[in-house]
Amino acid sequence: MDQEKKLPRRAMIKAAAISATAAFVGKVNLPATEQPTNDDPTKIQGTPPGKVGTRSPFEQPSKKASDISGRTPLQDLYGIITPSDLHFERSHAGVPAINPDKYELLIHGMVERPMIFKLKDLKRFPAISRIAFIECSGNFRSGKETMTPQEICGLTSQSEWTGVMLSTLFREVGVSPKATWFLAEGSDAAVMTRSIPVEKGWKDAMIAYGQNGEAIRPEQGYPARLFLPGWEGNMNVKWIRRIELSDQPFMTREETSKYTETIKDHKIRQFSFDMDARSIITYPSYPQEVEKGWIEIRGIAWSGRGKIERVEISTDGGKHWQYARLQEPVLDKAHTYFRYLWHWDGSPTEIMSRAVDDTGYYQPFLKQLIDARGAEMGGYHLNPVTSWLIERGGRVLFKPEKWK
Amino acid sequence: MLRSISIIGMLFLLVACKGNNEKFPERYGFGRLASQAEIDSQNISIRPDGHGLPAGSGIAATGKVIYLAKCAMCHGPTGTEPTANRLVAPFGDTTKSKTIGNYWPYATTIFDYIRRAMPFNAPGSLTNEEVYHLTAFLLCSNHIIDSTKIINQVTLPEIVMPAKHLYVDDDRKGGNEVK
Repeated sequence: MDQEKKLPRRAMIKAAAISATAAFVGKVNLPATEQPTNDDPTKIQGTPPGKVGTRSPFEQPSKKASDISGRTPLQDLYGIITPSDLHFERSHAGVPAINPDKYELLIHGMVERPMIFKLKDLKRFPAISRIAFIECSGNFRSGKETMTPQEICGLTSQSEWTGVMLSTLFREVGVSPKATWFLAEGSDAAVMTRSIPVEKGWKDAMIAYGQNGEAIRPEQGYPARLFLPGWEGNMNVKWIRRIELSDQPFMTREETSKYTETIKDHKIRQFSFDMDARSIITYPSYPQEVEKGWIEIRGIAWSGRGKIERVEISTDGGKHWQYARLQEPVLDKAHTYFRYLWHWDGSPTEIMSRAVDDTGYYQPFLKQLIDARGAEMGGYHLNPVTSWLIERGGRVLFKPEKWK
Repeated sequence: MLRSISIIGMLFLLVACKGNNEKFPERYGFGRLASQAEIDSQNISIRPDGHGLPAGSGIAATGKVIYLAKCAMCHGPTGTEPTANRLVAPFGDTTKSKTIGNYWPYATTIFDYIRRAMPFNAPGSLTNEEVYHLTAFLLCSNHIIDSTKIINQVTLPEIVMPAKHLYVDDDRKGGNEVK
Protein backbone atom coordinates (compact mmCIF):
# COMPACT_ATOMS: atom_id res chain seq x y z
CA MET A 1 0.00 0.00 0.00
CA ASP A 2 2.85 2.30 0.78
CA GLN A 3 4.12 1.85 -2.75
CA GLU A 4 0.75 2.58 -4.27
CA LYS A 5 0.72 5.89 -2.48
CA LYS A 6 3.81 6.86 -4.41
CA LEU A 7 2.02 6.53 -7.72
CA PRO A 8 0.84 9.85 -9.09
CA ARG A 9 -2.83 10.33 -8.44
CA ARG A 10 -3.28 11.28 -12.08
CA ALA A 11 -1.97 7.90 -13.18
CA MET A 12 -4.27 6.07 -10.81
CA ILE A 13 -7.36 7.87 -12.06
CA LYS A 14 -6.33 7.43 -15.67
CA ALA A 15 -5.61 3.79 -15.00
CA ALA A 16 -9.04 3.21 -13.60
CA ALA A 17 -10.63 4.80 -16.67
CA ILE A 18 -8.42 2.84 -19.05
CA SER A 19 -9.07 -0.48 -17.42
CA ALA A 20 -12.79 0.11 -17.91
CA THR A 21 -12.19 0.91 -21.58
CA ALA A 22 -9.85 -2.03 -21.99
CA ALA A 23 -12.64 -4.43 -21.22
CA PHE A 24 -14.25 -3.38 -24.50
CA VAL A 25 -11.31 -2.55 -26.75
CA GLY A 26 -9.13 -5.37 -25.59
CA LYS A 27 -5.87 -3.60 -26.40
CA VAL A 28 -4.62 -0.39 -24.91
CA ASN A 29 -1.18 1.08 -25.48
CA LEU A 30 -0.41 2.67 -22.18
CA PRO A 31 3.11 3.48 -21.09
CA ALA A 32 4.13 1.31 -18.19
CA THR A 33 4.63 4.42 -16.05
CA GLU A 34 0.94 5.09 -16.46
CA GLN A 35 -0.03 1.50 -15.75
CA PRO A 36 -2.69 0.78 -13.23
CA THR A 37 -1.98 -1.50 -10.36
CA ASN A 38 -4.38 -4.22 -9.63
CA ASP A 39 -4.93 -6.21 -6.55
CA ASP A 40 -5.24 -9.19 -8.89
CA PRO A 41 -3.21 -8.87 -12.11
CA THR A 42 -4.60 -12.20 -13.32
CA LYS A 43 -7.98 -10.63 -13.99
CA ILE A 44 -7.01 -7.94 -16.47
CA GLN A 45 -5.05 -7.91 -19.73
CA GLY A 46 -1.59 -6.54 -19.33
CA THR A 47 0.30 -4.05 -21.48
CA PRO A 48 0.97 -5.16 -25.06
CA PRO A 49 4.53 -5.13 -26.37
CA GLY A 50 6.00 -1.69 -26.94
CA LYS A 51 8.92 -0.09 -28.75
CA VAL A 52 11.07 0.37 -25.68
CA GLY A 53 10.97 -1.15 -22.26
CA THR A 54 10.18 0.83 -19.17
CA ARG A 55 10.91 0.58 -15.49
CA SER A 56 8.21 -0.52 -13.15
CA PRO A 57 6.54 2.61 -11.84
CA PHE A 58 7.41 1.30 -8.40
CA GLU A 59 11.11 1.61 -9.19
CA GLN A 60 12.37 5.13 -9.62
CA PRO A 61 16.12 5.12 -9.25
CA SER A 62 17.52 8.45 -10.31
CA LYS A 63 20.73 10.35 -10.65
CA LYS A 64 21.37 13.06 -8.13
CA ALA A 65 22.24 16.07 -10.20
CA SER A 66 24.09 19.28 -9.47
CA ASP A 67 25.01 21.96 -12.00
CA ILE A 68 28.06 20.01 -13.09
CA SER A 69 27.45 16.34 -12.34
CA GLY A 70 24.87 13.61 -11.84
CA ARG A 71 25.55 10.74 -9.43
CA THR A 72 24.71 7.07 -9.82
CA PRO A 73 22.27 5.68 -7.20
CA LEU A 74 24.65 2.91 -6.10
CA GLN A 75 22.31 1.90 -3.27
CA ASP A 76 19.55 1.03 -5.76
CA LEU A 77 21.60 -1.33 -7.95
CA TYR A 78 21.96 -5.11 -7.68
CA GLY A 79 24.83 -5.85 -10.02
CA ILE A 80 27.98 -4.57 -11.66
CA ILE A 81 26.47 -2.99 -14.77
CA THR A 82 25.14 0.49 -14.31
CA PRO A 83 21.97 1.01 -16.35
CA SER A 84 23.03 3.50 -19.03
CA ASP A 85 20.53 6.14 -17.99
CA LEU A 86 21.91 5.98 -14.46
CA HIS A 87 25.59 6.20 -15.41
CA PHE A 88 27.14 9.14 -13.61
CA GLU A 89 27.83 12.23 -15.66
CA ARG A 90 30.21 15.10 -15.29
CA SER A 91 30.58 17.82 -17.85
CA HIS A 92 32.37 21.12 -18.01
CA ALA A 93 30.05 22.92 -20.39
CA GLY A 94 26.97 20.73 -20.56
CA VAL A 95 26.16 17.85 -22.90
CA PRO A 96 26.66 18.81 -26.56
CA ALA A 97 24.23 17.72 -29.25
CA ILE A 98 26.30 16.09 -31.99
CA ASN A 99 25.04 14.89 -35.35
CA PRO A 100 26.68 11.47 -35.89
CA ASP A 101 26.76 12.01 -39.67
CA LYS A 102 28.88 15.12 -39.20
CA TYR A 103 31.09 13.68 -36.48
CA GLU A 104 34.81 13.44 -37.27
CA LEU A 105 37.87 12.43 -35.30
CA LEU A 106 41.13 14.07 -36.38
CA ILE A 107 44.43 12.40 -35.44
CA HIS A 108 47.53 14.43 -36.22
CA GLY A 109 50.80 15.75 -34.82
CA MET A 110 53.70 13.32 -34.62
CA VAL A 111 52.24 10.85 -37.09
CA GLU A 112 53.15 9.73 -40.59
CA ARG A 113 49.65 10.32 -41.97
CA PRO A 114 47.33 12.81 -40.26
CA MET A 115 43.86 11.36 -40.76
CA ILE A 116 40.19 12.05 -40.25
CA PHE A 117 37.79 9.28 -39.30
CA LYS A 118 34.06 9.59 -39.54
CA LEU A 119 31.91 7.60 -37.15
CA LYS A 120 31.19 5.01 -39.82
CA ASP A 121 34.94 4.65 -40.39
CA LEU A 122 35.54 4.00 -36.69
CA LYS A 123 32.84 1.34 -36.74
CA ARG A 124 34.47 -0.51 -39.66
CA PHE A 125 37.62 -1.31 -37.68
CA PRO A 126 37.76 -4.55 -35.70
CA ALA A 127 36.05 -3.77 -32.40
CA ILE A 128 36.32 -5.00 -28.88
CA SER A 129 33.99 -4.86 -25.91
CA ARG A 130 35.13 -4.50 -22.36
CA ILE A 131 33.33 -4.22 -19.04
CA ALA A 132 35.09 -1.72 -16.83
CA PHE A 133 34.32 1.16 -14.52
CA ILE A 134 34.79 4.86 -15.02
CA GLU A 135 35.19 6.90 -11.85
CA CYS A 136 35.63 10.62 -11.37
CA SER A 137 38.78 11.21 -9.34
CA GLY A 138 36.92 13.73 -7.18
CA ASN A 139 34.63 11.07 -5.79
CA PHE A 140 34.49 11.37 -2.03
CA ARG A 141 31.98 13.44 -0.09
CA SER A 142 31.49 13.42 3.64
CA GLY A 143 30.20 15.68 6.39
CA LYS A 144 26.93 14.31 7.73
CA GLU A 145 25.35 11.03 8.81
CA THR A 146 22.43 11.18 6.43
CA MET A 147 24.39 10.50 3.26
CA THR A 148 23.74 7.74 0.75
CA PRO A 149 26.37 5.80 -1.21
CA GLN A 150 25.23 7.91 -4.16
CA GLU A 151 26.12 11.09 -2.28
CA ILE A 152 29.37 9.73 -0.86
CA CYS A 153 30.83 8.18 -4.01
CA GLY A 154 28.20 8.07 -6.76
CA LEU A 155 30.64 9.33 -9.39
CA THR A 156 31.56 5.79 -10.38
CA SER A 157 29.67 3.62 -12.84
CA GLN A 158 30.27 0.63 -15.02
CA SER A 159 29.31 -0.27 -18.56
CA GLU A 160 30.26 -2.65 -21.29
CA TRP A 161 32.12 -0.33 -23.65
CA THR A 162 32.50 -1.20 -27.32
CA GLY A 163 34.78 0.46 -29.80
CA VAL A 164 38.07 0.40 -31.66
CA MET A 165 41.35 0.05 -29.86
CA LEU A 166 43.31 3.29 -30.01
CA SER A 167 46.37 1.20 -30.90
CA THR A 168 44.59 0.21 -34.12
CA LEU A 169 44.12 3.88 -35.01
CA PHE A 170 47.68 4.66 -33.94
CA ARG A 171 48.93 2.10 -36.48
CA GLU A 172 46.56 3.47 -39.10
CA VAL A 173 48.07 6.97 -38.81
CA GLY A 174 51.60 5.74 -38.12
CA VAL A 175 52.35 7.27 -34.74
CA SER A 176 55.99 8.31 -34.47
CA PRO A 177 58.07 6.23 -32.04
CA LYS A 178 59.24 9.58 -30.65
CA ALA A 179 55.74 10.60 -29.56
CA THR A 180 55.39 10.34 -25.78
CA TRP A 181 52.10 12.13 -25.09
CA PHE A 182 48.86 12.78 -26.87
CA LEU A 183 46.25 15.42 -26.38
CA ALA A 184 42.61 14.32 -26.35
CA GLU A 185 40.12 17.07 -27.11
CA GLY A 186 36.35 17.03 -26.78
CA SER A 187 33.83 18.90 -28.88
CA ASP A 188 31.85 20.25 -25.95
CA ALA A 189 31.65 23.99 -25.36
CA ALA A 190 34.67 23.77 -23.04
CA VAL A 191 36.62 22.00 -25.83
CA MET A 192 37.97 20.04 -22.90
CA THR A 193 41.45 18.62 -23.17
CA ARG A 194 43.75 16.25 -21.35
CA SER A 195 47.29 15.06 -22.06
CA ILE A 196 47.77 11.31 -21.90
CA PRO A 197 50.96 9.22 -22.12
CA VAL A 198 51.19 7.49 -25.50
CA GLU A 199 52.03 4.29 -23.67
CA LYS A 200 48.44 4.13 -22.37
CA GLY A 201 47.19 4.63 -25.91
CA TRP A 202 49.13 1.61 -27.12
CA LYS A 203 48.25 -0.49 -24.07
CA ASP A 204 44.50 -0.51 -23.58
CA ALA A 205 42.87 2.78 -24.64
CA MET A 206 39.78 2.64 -26.79
CA ILE A 207 37.64 4.97 -28.85
CA ALA A 208 34.26 3.76 -27.65
CA TYR A 209 30.97 4.26 -29.46
CA GLY A 210 28.95 1.54 -27.73
CA GLN A 211 27.68 1.39 -24.18
CA ASN A 212 25.86 -1.64 -22.84
CA GLY A 213 25.07 -2.84 -26.33
CA GLU A 214 23.68 0.39 -27.79
CA ALA A 215 25.13 3.69 -28.94
CA ILE A 216 26.84 5.64 -26.16
CA ARG A 217 24.48 7.99 -24.38
CA PRO A 218 24.98 11.71 -25.00
CA GLU A 219 25.88 12.19 -21.33
CA GLN A 220 28.66 9.62 -21.76
CA GLY A 221 30.11 11.07 -24.95
CA TYR A 222 27.90 10.36 -27.95
CA PRO A 223 28.86 9.55 -30.57
CA ALA A 224 32.39 8.59 -29.44
CA ARG A 225 34.62 9.00 -26.43
CA LEU A 226 38.06 8.08 -25.24
CA PHE A 227 38.04 5.21 -22.75
CA LEU A 228 41.10 4.62 -20.55
CA PRO A 229 40.45 1.61 -18.31
CA GLY A 230 41.29 2.31 -14.67
CA TRP A 231 42.27 5.95 -15.14
CA GLU A 232 40.53 8.96 -13.67
CA GLY A 233 37.25 9.79 -15.34
CA ASN A 234 38.22 13.25 -16.56
CA MET A 235 40.83 11.82 -18.92
CA ASN A 236 38.25 9.65 -20.65
CA VAL A 237 37.46 12.59 -22.92
CA LYS A 238 33.89 12.53 -24.17
CA TRP A 239 32.67 13.72 -27.57
CA ILE A 240 36.26 13.33 -28.71
CA ARG A 241 37.07 15.28 -31.86
CA ARG A 242 40.85 15.52 -31.99
CA ILE A 243 43.95 13.60 -30.92
CA GLU A 244 47.33 15.30 -31.27
CA LEU A 245 50.53 13.30 -30.83
CA SER A 246 53.35 15.19 -29.15
CA ASP A 247 56.62 14.72 -27.31
CA GLN A 248 55.44 16.58 -24.20
CA PRO A 249 52.27 17.16 -22.17
CA PHE A 250 50.26 20.28 -22.99
CA MET A 251 49.57 21.25 -19.35
CA THR A 252 45.94 22.09 -19.93
CA ARG A 253 43.73 23.60 -17.27
CA GLU A 254 42.26 20.22 -16.30
CA GLU A 255 45.65 18.63 -15.60
CA THR A 256 47.09 21.60 -13.71
CA SER A 257 44.60 23.78 -11.89
CA LYS A 258 42.17 20.85 -11.59
CA TYR A 259 42.79 17.11 -11.14
CA THR A 260 45.98 17.68 -9.18
CA GLU A 261 46.13 17.31 -5.43
CA THR A 262 47.93 19.00 -2.59
CA ILE A 263 50.07 16.56 -0.63
CA LYS A 264 52.62 17.02 2.15
CA ASP A 265 54.97 20.01 2.33
CA HIS A 266 52.61 22.02 0.09
CA LYS A 267 53.65 19.87 -2.83
CA ILE A 268 51.12 19.42 -5.61
CA ARG A 269 50.84 15.99 -7.22
CA GLN A 270 50.27 15.94 -10.96
CA PHE A 271 49.51 13.19 -13.47
CA SER A 272 47.74 11.06 -10.84
CA PHE A 273 46.09 8.84 -13.39
CA ASP A 274 45.35 5.49 -11.73
CA MET A 275 42.27 5.05 -9.61
CA ASP A 276 43.28 3.19 -6.46
CA ALA A 277 41.26 0.29 -5.04
CA ARG A 278 38.09 1.05 -3.21
CA SER A 279 34.86 -0.49 -1.98
CA ILE A 280 31.60 0.54 -0.45
CA ILE A 281 28.80 -1.38 1.21
CA THR A 282 25.62 -0.44 -0.61
CA TYR A 283 23.40 -2.62 1.55
CA PRO A 284 22.76 -1.92 4.29
CA SER A 285 23.41 1.77 3.86
CA TYR A 286 21.57 5.03 4.48
CA PRO A 287 18.59 5.49 4.10
CA GLN A 288 17.84 1.77 4.34
CA GLU A 289 16.75 0.14 7.58
CA VAL A 290 17.42 -3.41 8.69
CA GLU A 291 15.89 -5.97 11.00
CA LYS A 292 17.58 -8.17 13.53
CA GLY A 293 18.63 -11.56 12.16
CA TRP A 294 20.26 -12.58 8.89
CA ILE A 295 21.52 -9.78 6.70
CA GLU A 296 23.40 -10.21 3.45
CA ILE A 297 25.84 -7.33 3.36
CA ARG A 298 26.35 -6.29 -0.26
CA GLY A 299 28.46 -3.85 -2.13
CA ILE A 300 30.94 -3.15 -4.88
CA ALA A 301 34.72 -3.05 -4.96
CA TRP A 302 37.00 -1.93 -7.77
CA SER A 303 40.56 -1.03 -8.62
CA GLY A 304 42.03 0.93 -11.50
CA ARG A 305 45.20 -1.13 -11.20
CA GLY A 306 43.82 -4.60 -11.77
CA LYS A 307 41.43 -7.14 -10.33
CA ILE A 308 39.93 -7.16 -6.90
CA GLU A 309 41.80 -9.81 -4.93
CA ARG A 310 39.44 -9.81 -1.99
CA VAL A 311 37.10 -7.70 0.06
CA GLU A 312 37.25 -7.79 3.83
CA ILE A 313 34.23 -7.02 5.97
CA SER A 314 34.09 -5.91 9.56
CA THR A 315 30.84 -5.91 11.51
CA ASP A 316 32.39 -4.73 14.76
CA GLY A 317 33.88 -1.39 13.89
CA GLY A 318 37.12 -2.72 12.47
CA LYS A 319 38.17 -5.04 15.29
CA HIS A 320 37.76 -8.21 13.25
CA TRP A 321 37.73 -8.78 9.51
CA GLN A 322 36.22 -11.57 7.42
CA TYR A 323 36.46 -12.26 3.72
CA ALA A 324 33.42 -11.44 1.65
CA ARG A 325 32.32 -13.70 -1.20
CA LEU A 326 33.17 -12.17 -4.55
CA GLN A 327 30.43 -12.50 -7.13
CA GLU A 328 31.70 -13.62 -10.52
CA PRO A 329 32.72 -12.15 -12.84
CA VAL A 330 35.75 -10.61 -11.18
CA LEU A 331 37.11 -8.47 -14.00
CA ASP A 332 40.20 -6.36 -14.49
CA LYS A 333 39.59 -2.69 -13.59
CA ALA A 334 35.93 -3.37 -12.97
CA HIS A 335 33.30 -3.02 -10.31
CA THR A 336 33.13 -6.37 -8.56
CA TYR A 337 30.11 -7.31 -6.51
CA PHE A 338 30.63 -8.76 -3.04
CA ARG A 339 28.40 -10.37 -0.46
CA TYR A 340 28.79 -11.34 3.16
CA LEU A 341 26.15 -13.10 5.21
CA TRP A 342 25.91 -11.74 8.72
CA HIS A 343 23.68 -12.41 11.67
CA TRP A 344 22.88 -9.18 13.42
CA ASP A 345 22.02 -9.52 17.07
CA GLY A 346 20.32 -6.16 17.18
CA SER A 347 22.95 -4.27 19.14
CA PRO A 348 24.38 -1.02 17.75
CA THR A 349 27.44 -1.58 15.64
CA GLU A 350 29.54 -0.32 12.78
CA ILE A 351 30.08 -2.16 9.52
CA MET A 352 32.65 -1.48 6.83
CA SER A 353 34.40 -3.00 3.84
CA ARG A 354 37.99 -2.89 2.70
CA ALA A 355 39.13 -3.78 -0.82
CA VAL A 356 42.45 -5.42 -1.64
CA ASP A 357 43.55 -5.50 -5.27
CA ASP A 358 45.91 -7.88 -7.04
CA THR A 359 48.85 -5.52 -6.62
CA GLY A 360 48.50 -6.07 -2.86
CA TYR A 361 47.12 -2.58 -2.28
CA TYR A 362 44.81 -2.22 0.73
CA GLN A 363 42.03 0.34 0.59
CA PRO A 364 43.16 2.85 3.22
CA PHE A 365 41.33 4.40 6.11
CA LEU A 366 40.88 8.16 5.92
CA LYS A 367 43.50 8.55 8.64
CA GLN A 368 46.07 6.73 6.52
CA LEU A 369 45.38 9.09 3.64
CA ILE A 370 45.77 12.09 5.94
CA ASP A 371 48.99 10.66 7.38
CA ALA A 372 50.36 10.11 3.88
CA ARG A 373 49.24 13.37 2.27
CA GLY A 374 48.74 15.79 5.16
CA ALA A 375 45.58 17.40 6.51
CA GLU A 376 45.58 19.88 3.66
CA MET A 377 45.28 17.09 1.12
CA GLY A 378 43.20 17.89 -1.90
CA GLY A 379 39.87 16.30 -2.75
CA TYR A 380 41.04 14.11 -5.62
CA HIS A 381 41.89 10.41 -5.33
CA LEU A 382 40.29 9.91 -1.94
CA ASN A 383 39.23 6.29 -1.54
CA PRO A 384 38.83 5.74 2.20
CA VAL A 385 37.14 2.84 3.96
CA THR A 386 33.52 3.88 4.45
CA SER A 387 31.65 2.92 7.62
CA TRP A 388 27.96 2.56 8.33
CA LEU A 389 26.56 2.84 11.84
CA ILE A 390 23.64 0.55 12.58
CA GLU A 391 21.47 1.80 15.42
CA ARG A 392 19.52 -0.41 17.79
CA GLY A 393 16.26 0.15 15.92
CA GLY A 394 17.81 -0.83 12.58
CA ARG A 395 18.43 2.66 11.23
CA VAL A 396 21.62 2.85 9.14
CA LEU A 397 23.73 6.01 9.10
CA PHE A 398 26.93 7.03 7.37
CA LYS A 399 29.85 7.62 9.72
CA PRO A 400 31.43 10.87 8.57
CA GLU A 401 34.99 11.57 9.64
CA LYS A 402 36.35 15.07 9.91
CA TRP A 403 39.70 15.93 8.46
CA LYS A 404 39.64 19.66 7.81
CA MET B 1 23.57 -36.50 -22.41
CA LEU B 2 24.38 -33.05 -21.09
CA ARG B 3 27.95 -34.11 -20.71
CA SER B 4 28.22 -35.33 -24.26
CA ILE B 5 26.76 -32.07 -25.51
CA SER B 6 29.29 -30.06 -23.57
CA ILE B 7 32.14 -32.19 -24.88
CA ILE B 8 30.91 -31.71 -28.44
CA GLY B 9 30.64 -28.00 -27.71
CA MET B 10 34.20 -27.87 -26.45
CA LEU B 11 35.45 -29.76 -29.48
CA PHE B 12 33.61 -27.34 -31.72
CA LEU B 13 35.23 -24.40 -29.95
CA LEU B 14 38.65 -25.96 -30.33
CA VAL B 15 38.05 -26.55 -34.01
CA ALA B 16 36.72 -23.02 -34.39
CA CYS B 17 39.85 -21.59 -32.78
CA LYS B 18 42.14 -23.82 -34.76
CA GLY B 19 40.27 -22.92 -37.90
CA ASN B 20 40.48 -19.18 -37.26
CA ASN B 21 42.60 -17.85 -40.06
CA GLU B 22 41.95 -14.12 -39.60
CA LYS B 23 44.81 -11.94 -40.72
CA PHE B 24 45.01 -8.51 -39.15
CA PRO B 25 46.62 -5.99 -41.46
CA GLU B 26 48.91 -3.24 -40.25
CA ARG B 27 46.53 -0.75 -41.84
CA TYR B 28 42.93 -0.98 -42.99
CA GLY B 29 42.65 2.01 -45.30
CA PHE B 30 39.60 3.39 -43.47
CA GLY B 31 39.28 7.13 -43.00
CA ARG B 32 40.96 9.74 -45.14
CA LEU B 33 44.07 11.89 -45.05
CA ALA B 34 43.57 15.25 -43.32
CA SER B 35 44.65 18.32 -45.24
CA GLN B 36 46.81 20.94 -43.56
CA ALA B 37 43.90 23.38 -43.83
CA GLU B 38 41.64 20.95 -41.99
CA ILE B 39 44.22 20.47 -39.26
CA ASP B 40 44.80 24.21 -38.89
CA SER B 41 41.08 24.88 -38.60
CA GLN B 42 40.84 22.63 -35.55
CA ASN B 43 44.23 22.75 -33.94
CA ILE B 44 44.02 25.25 -31.10
CA SER B 45 46.35 23.55 -28.66
CA ILE B 46 49.10 25.48 -26.94
CA ARG B 47 52.13 23.97 -25.30
CA PRO B 48 53.95 25.31 -22.24
CA ASP B 49 56.86 26.28 -24.52
CA GLY B 50 54.51 28.60 -26.39
CA HIS B 51 54.11 26.41 -29.46
CA GLY B 52 50.68 27.13 -30.88
CA LEU B 53 50.31 30.66 -29.51
CA PRO B 54 48.91 32.97 -32.19
CA ALA B 55 50.09 36.43 -33.19
CA GLY B 56 48.81 39.32 -31.10
CA SER B 57 49.54 40.96 -27.78
CA GLY B 58 47.84 42.29 -24.71
CA ILE B 59 48.24 44.55 -21.69
CA ALA B 60 46.56 44.54 -18.30
CA ALA B 61 44.71 47.86 -18.59
CA THR B 62 42.86 46.80 -21.73
CA GLY B 63 42.31 43.38 -20.22
CA LYS B 64 40.59 44.94 -17.24
CA VAL B 65 38.02 46.63 -19.46
CA ILE B 66 37.24 43.33 -21.21
CA TYR B 67 37.19 41.50 -17.89
CA LEU B 68 34.64 43.88 -16.41
CA ALA B 69 32.42 43.54 -19.45
CA LYS B 70 32.63 39.79 -20.02
CA CYS B 71 33.98 37.99 -16.94
CA ALA B 72 33.09 39.93 -13.81
CA MET B 73 29.51 38.68 -13.69
CA CYS B 74 30.78 35.26 -12.61
CA HIS B 75 34.25 35.94 -11.24
CA GLY B 76 33.55 39.19 -9.40
CA PRO B 77 34.70 42.75 -10.18
CA THR B 78 38.34 42.10 -9.30
CA GLY B 79 38.69 38.31 -9.39
CA THR B 80 39.55 38.25 -5.70
CA GLU B 81 35.95 37.73 -4.64
CA PRO B 82 35.30 34.40 -2.91
CA THR B 83 33.41 32.84 -5.78
CA ALA B 84 33.59 29.18 -6.71
CA ASN B 85 35.85 30.23 -9.55
CA ARG B 86 38.13 32.67 -7.82
CA LEU B 87 40.92 33.75 -10.13
CA VAL B 88 43.09 36.08 -8.10
CA ALA B 89 45.16 35.43 -4.98
CA PRO B 90 48.88 36.11 -5.19
CA PHE B 91 51.31 33.39 -4.17
CA GLY B 92 51.62 33.24 -0.38
CA ASP B 93 48.10 34.58 0.13
CA THR B 94 46.51 32.61 2.93
CA THR B 95 43.33 31.97 0.97
CA LYS B 96 42.32 28.34 0.59
CA SER B 97 41.20 28.97 -2.97
CA LYS B 98 43.33 27.63 -5.78
CA THR B 99 43.99 30.56 -8.07
CA ILE B 100 46.19 31.46 -10.99
CA GLY B 101 48.61 33.18 -8.62
CA ASN B 102 48.94 30.51 -5.98
CA TYR B 103 48.35 27.30 -7.93
CA TRP B 104 48.62 27.41 -11.73
CA PRO B 105 52.02 26.12 -12.92
CA TYR B 106 52.06 27.51 -16.49
CA ALA B 107 51.05 30.91 -17.83
CA THR B 108 50.28 29.47 -21.27
CA THR B 109 47.38 27.56 -19.73
CA ILE B 110 45.60 30.84 -19.01
CA PHE B 111 45.53 31.79 -22.68
CA ASP B 112 44.60 28.27 -23.77
CA TYR B 113 41.74 27.87 -21.33
CA ILE B 114 40.20 31.30 -21.84
CA ARG B 115 40.27 30.86 -25.60
CA ARG B 116 38.76 27.37 -25.38
CA ALA B 117 36.06 27.76 -22.85
CA MET B 118 35.37 31.34 -21.83
CA PRO B 119 33.29 33.34 -21.32
CA PHE B 120 30.94 30.70 -19.98
CA ASN B 121 27.89 32.22 -21.66
CA ALA B 122 29.64 32.62 -25.03
CA PRO B 123 32.52 30.13 -25.24
CA GLY B 124 34.98 30.61 -28.05
CA SER B 125 33.76 34.13 -28.81
CA LEU B 126 36.89 36.09 -27.86
CA THR B 127 39.47 37.24 -30.37
CA ASN B 128 43.09 36.23 -29.85
CA GLU B 129 43.85 39.86 -29.03
CA GLU B 130 41.16 39.92 -26.34
CA VAL B 131 42.52 36.71 -24.86
CA TYR B 132 46.03 38.21 -24.67
CA HIS B 133 44.64 41.29 -22.91
CA LEU B 134 42.72 39.17 -20.40
CA THR B 135 45.77 36.98 -19.80
CA ALA B 136 47.83 40.10 -19.06
CA PHE B 137 45.15 41.42 -16.70
CA LEU B 138 44.98 38.16 -14.75
CA LEU B 139 48.76 37.82 -14.51
CA CYS B 140 49.01 41.42 -13.31
CA SER B 141 46.17 41.01 -10.78
CA ASN B 142 47.99 38.00 -9.35
CA HIS B 143 51.21 40.09 -8.99
CA ILE B 144 53.07 37.95 -11.52
CA ILE B 145 53.76 40.75 -14.03
CA ASP B 146 53.62 44.52 -13.72
CA SER B 147 51.03 46.61 -15.50
CA THR B 148 53.36 47.67 -18.31
CA LYS B 149 54.31 44.17 -19.42
CA ILE B 150 53.20 43.26 -22.93
CA ILE B 151 52.00 39.69 -23.23
CA ASN B 152 52.50 37.95 -26.57
CA GLN B 153 53.64 34.64 -28.03
CA VAL B 154 57.24 35.34 -26.97
CA THR B 155 56.74 36.78 -23.48
CA LEU B 156 53.94 34.53 -22.24
CA PRO B 157 55.86 31.22 -22.20
CA GLU B 158 58.83 32.95 -20.55
CA ILE B 159 56.86 33.64 -17.40
CA VAL B 160 57.75 31.37 -14.50
CA MET B 161 54.65 30.84 -12.41
CA PRO B 162 55.09 31.11 -8.63
CA ALA B 163 53.61 27.69 -7.84
CA LYS B 164 55.51 25.81 -10.55
CA HIS B 165 58.20 24.53 -8.19
CA LEU B 166 55.60 22.80 -5.99
CA TYR B 167 54.54 20.30 -8.65
CA VAL B 168 55.72 16.70 -8.40
CA ASP B 169 54.82 13.69 -10.53
CA ASP B 170 52.57 10.99 -9.14
CA ASP B 171 54.61 8.21 -7.57
CA ARG B 172 51.81 5.91 -6.46
CA LYS B 173 52.31 2.50 -7.98
CA GLY B 174 50.00 0.06 -6.22
CA GLY B 175 51.24 -2.50 -3.73
CA ASN B 176 50.84 -2.32 0.00
CA GLU B 177 51.50 1.36 0.56
CA VAL B 178 49.40 4.49 0.90
CA LYS B 179 50.60 7.59 -0.87
